[in-house]
Amino acid sequence: MDTIKSLEDLKRIREEALAKRKVKETSGVVQVIVGMGTCGIAAGARETMKAVLDYIEKNQVENLIVTQTGCIGLCEQEPILQVVKGESEKITYGKVSPEIAEKIMKSHVVEGNIFQDNVIQL
Amino acid sequence: MKEISLHILDIAENSVNVGADKISIEINENLKKDELLFIISDNGKGMDSHTIAQIHDPFVTSRTTRNIGLGIPFLKAAAESCNGFLRIESKPNYGTTLTTKFQYNHIDRMPLGDISSTILNLMIGYAEINWIFKYHKNDRTFVLDDKVIKDTLIDVPLSEPVVINYLKNLINDGIASVQEK
Repeated sequence: MDTIKSLEDLKRIREEALAKRKVKETSGVVQVIVGMGTCGIAAGARETMKAVLDYIEKNQVENLIVTQTGCIGLCEQEPILQVVKGESEKITYGKVSPEIAEKIMKSHVVEGNIFQDNVIQL
Repeated sequence: MKEISLHILDIAENSVNVGADKISIEINENLKKDELLFIISDNGKGMDSHTIAQIHDPFVTSRTTRNIGLGIPFLKAAAESCNGFLRIESKPNYGTTLTTKFQYNHIDRMPLGDISSTILNLMIGYAEINWIFKYHKNDRTFVLDDKVIKDTLIDVPLSEPVVINYLKNLINDGIASVQEK
């Protein structure tokens, strides 16, 4: 790996990202949290998170923070994905396969409509 | 778990939960020695010898939601069924190192699997931690310390689309360079 060339690419990427951010400053930050405890991993949460990252990359979704969390005690509902949009309450989704993750990204994160099929109450 | 890389993801989470801010994951595939080894090392709060002895018990866990923790017992059983071992070294306020070995050619050894997704998910999902990834296979090595990436990006988060793309390619290319015949 050519580190210097790679870091130059990265500096350019930073500038690109900052330029895009200036334009989108008005809309709030969205946080997507994927459960990655042992139960989550065994249920396929890694692939769920991968689907989220792939969606962001393919659809150029900005202003999104993706984080992981441990077991929240609903192991039978894993993989679990949570969405926090600005000041709204956190919505928790259960049994989120990679395909469902894509649907949630499109419906809730991008279009603002909660994907009712998989919502679970904590 | 069907892949060693999923166990790695699971164990790395333990390091995150004990307040580590620097975690290193080292994988060593050595065909000459017929072994596959991985070492996860953190600078978290560490454990005393009494606690270390207890964590192999599935009824001992640090999580508060359930009273069963299967990550380490399952991994230990998998390693031992492949002529391997799981060893934990730790010191309070210093950190913990977990070493797992599998016999490389053992018929029951699960594949390493999608290690690229494991590393990518950890770097992005726990972005406040300095992740160091070292992958050796025979005489090839790939090392990635994400500190230099985060220092260059400064305030740009890792979940930006262009950054995800950059990181994904960096990790995939590095792993491919080690794995290719």
